[in-house]
Amino acid sequence: MFYSLILRVAARVLVPLLLLFSLFMLLRGHNLPGGGFVGGLVAASAFVLYVLTAGVHESRRVLRVEPHTLLGVGLALAYGTGVLALLFGKPFLTSLWVDLHLPVLGDLHLGSTLPFDIGVMLVVVGTALLMVFSVEDRLPGLVEE
Amino acid sequence: MLVAVLSIFVGAALAPLLVRLLGRAAGWVLGLLPLGVFVYFAQTLPQIAHGESLRQTYEWLPLLETPLSFYLDGLSLLFALLVTGIGALIVVYAGGYLAHHHQLGRFYVQLLSFMGAMLGLVVADNVFVFFIFFELTSLTSYLLIGFYHTEEGSRRAARKALIVTGGGGLALLGGLVLLGGVAGTWEFSRMLDLGASVQGHPYYLAIFILVCAGAFTKSAQFPFHFWLPAAMAGPTPVSAYLHSATMVKAGVFLLARLHPVLGGTALWTGTLGLFGGFTMLMSAWLALRYTDLKQILAYTTVMVLGLLTMLLGIGTEAAITAMVTFTVVHALYKGGLFMMAGNIDHGTGTRDLLELGGLWAAMPWTMAGGVATGLSMAGIPPLFGFIGKEVTYEAALHMHTWGLLVLVASVLANVALVGAGLLVGLTPFIGEVKGAFTRDPHEATPSMWVGPLILGIGGLAFGLYPSSIDHTLLQAAQAGILQESHEVHLALWHGITPAFIASLVTFALGGVVYAFWQGLRVSAFMEGVGAVFGWGPGEVFERGLYGGVHLSGAITRRVQNGQFRWYLCATFLSLLVLVGGGMLAGGGGAEFSFSGEIRYYEVALATLILLSIAAAVRTHDRFVAILALSVGGYGVALVYLLFGAPDLAMTQFAVETLTLILLVIVIVHLPGIQGDESIGVRLRDGLVAAGCGALLTTIMSVVIQTSLDLRVSDYLAQKSYTEAEGHNIVNVILVDFRGLDTMGEITVLAIAAIGVYVLMRMPRQKKPSLAAGTSVAASRSDAAETETD
Repeated sequence: MFYSLILRVAARVLVPLLLLFSLFMLLRGHNLPGGGFVGGLVAASAFVLYVLTAGVHESRRVLRVEPHTLLGVGLALAYGTGVLALLFGKPFLTSLWVDLHLPVLGDLHLGSTLPFDIGVMLVVVGTALLMVFSVEDRLPGLVEE
Repeated sequence: MLVAVLSIFVGAALAPLLVRLLGRAAGWVLGLLPLGVFVYFAQTLPQIAHGESLRQTYEWLPLLETPLSFYLDGLSLLFALLVTGIGALIVVYAGGYLAHHHQLGRFYVQLLSFMGAMLGLVVADNVFVFFIFFELTSLTSYLLIGFYHTEEGSRRAARKALIVTGGGGLALLGGLVLLGGVAGTWEFSRMLDLGASVQGHPYYLAIFILVCAGAFTKSAQFPFHFWLPAAMAGPTPVSAYLHSATMVKAGVFLLARLHPVLGGTALWTGTLGLFGGFTMLMSAWLALRYTDLKQILAYTTVMVLGLLTMLLGIGTEAAITAMVTFTVVHALYKGGLFMMAGNIDHGTGTRDLLELGGLWAAMPWTMAGGVATGLSMAGIPPLFGFIGKEVTYEAALHMHTWGLLVLVASVLANVALVGAGLLVGLTPFIGEVKGAFTRDPHEATPSMWVGPLILGIGGLAFGLYPSSIDHTLLQAAQAGILQESHEVHLALWHGITPAFIASLVTFALGGVVYAFWQGLRVSAFMEGVGAVFGWGPGEVFERGLYGGVHLSGAITRRVQNGQFRWYLCATFLSLLVLVGGGMLAGGGGAEFSFSGEIRYYEVALATLILLSIAAAVRTHDRFVAILALSVGGYGVALVYLLFGAPDLAMTQFAVETLTLILLVIVIVHLPGIQGDESIGVRLRDGLVAAGCGALLTTIMSVVIQTSLDLRVSDYLAQKSYTEAEGHNIVNVILVDFRGLDTMGEITVLAIAAIGVYVLMRMPRQKKPSLAAGTSVAASRSDAAETETD
């Protein structure tokens, strides 16, 4: 942990903002610059910032799931959308789209590319965090002092 | 058929849940799944026996040209029925055998995945679908053999099986690709009548050798036989299944499947006949060297595999009749005998023949199954094994040349088999109770004796009424191998024929072997046979393996000496030599020309990047060096932004930030850069760096001079919204147009992350000479890891 008051205070504001930003990146990706990969990197940066200021132990608690679970869920989502297309009788990984008319949110045009992209995002976050956490496990005190 | 194969895998996924809910009874419930699939295949029998074949194709990714296609003819049906029928019994059996094991759920996952892979293998039509299932059986059997993974012996046996069969699989892949290319189709069903053109092709020899390498390793032919007896280190249900109906039969099945395409040549007959015949003879006698029930059974499996291979090599109508008959005979008795051996082990605490005897009173049900299957193995009438032996002799007698040799070899091998069958099936039960058992002998639970009993009854029923399968299943299977229909007629009694006389000779000699087994086992002759053929090839394999490990260890120590500087130098030097050398060899000189307007902010950006590099090179503080490099990285991201690639720029920004933070975490703990390297080292590094810079500059100037082919970009730009409903072409490419690539990439990413995780968890090697530098080297390589990713 870095004993920097500035960093700690800044992180309290930055971490939620970055996480929100990563979601924003993910969702706008299909039509504007962004996407799951960038979103994942931003989210990973947010978590790494949190690790730096709050320590690995606290981050693990906040994250609730282990990074390798994120890897598994991400891969399952990505592969799952591929298989989903098969169930509809289309070739593997064909994107499926639906139009929803919801009372509050208005018209939504949703595609199976979104869960795929969420899968990509989870894998990216999981990879970055798994690396940081394993480095800390191997050499305790490297991140956390 | 896709549903049938997939249902087994779904069962594998659900197995742990079922075990948690039902406990020991889970085996009975799970057994219903393969039973259901068995029934599904059985009801196609009338159709298949009529000479028809079923073909089903599922296009899952049309552009990949690898449809999930399945083909069911007599041959596939025979094996599918064995895989699922015996599989159902094994699943039930495992529920009893491993009832008290805390990882029964895990075991069922592996066993059912293995079953699904084996079933997929026998019904696959597409070459690649076949190959994937073939490899999947290697992988799942690796897990099954090494199920007792806390024991060194199990791990070693599992590794042996994986390396031998996996290596063979690699050769097979080459053979299949060549075969598909030569035949012009990737479907087995379409290759079947292309035999003549494939055999006349110059690649025939290569295809034949590679396919044989795959089949011989999988089906444990000499000199690759050693992995199979070692594989009995796995739990008994695994041995029973592996030996009787699956895995080892995969190689034989492959040869049978390709018999119409590759078979019939002198090369085919000679190679398969020689290897098969030798394996048969050698392992039959090797079996008699052992006193462990499972060990004896394992070697007799190798013997049968040799026999089947030899019969496929001979390839006449009579030989193929014998081959399909013996496949069923063997599956029935070997599955039952292995389960019986497991029951005896369970009930008495030993599998050693020298300690076993007189179990008839304590284990009546196991005895019923064991004696019936054991006598079938010995080929005693009226069991099905007798018919199997007779038709083998018939096949030898029908040969024009070499018939006598094959007959003598078969008789000699069968003599040993008679001895082994009586030893395994009778000796444990008859006579007096010999030694004191470690456990009080007791009968196994019904789930454990029902399997051997059913298989024993099956052997008896088929022996008494061979007409129940000869005209239907066996005839169809033979037609599948030969691609022409002949009538198959089996009977217990043919009159006094030469084959019958050969059988009588076999019984007489086999009886002698049984009676004098104790003396024979320890005789000098058997010792010699054992030394040369038994563990000889296995020993060579182990030595080769350890030699390889030592060699790669030595190379690793030399190349990966822990100095990050050296790693980078080697990497960039390789790049320089390979790419630069390639460009020079290709004669591609580049002429540096630049046209276009230079804007002021471009100059500013270039200056910033250059300054940051200068700072990184000059500083003696790692922290400053990393920061300076990052400035360069951000500068590059800005370049992307200026030239209209916002997605790329954004990703570069994010990656740069993340790696910067990760590096800072690690690097603040490292000592500063000493800066006391010799002038030679600096000169070397400088030269390599400058060379790489020059190389990249050259490449870039070549690239900008090449006129861009915009067809693909235009296509994507046009179709992005109309076909993939997105305006951001970059993202549409990532998640839609080239989604498969992305899927591969994130899979690689996940594997890399798991690699780092495992690397970080490995115990640190203790090397006294390097003790002082270890921690520095370790953290340096940490930095390398985070940086490269």
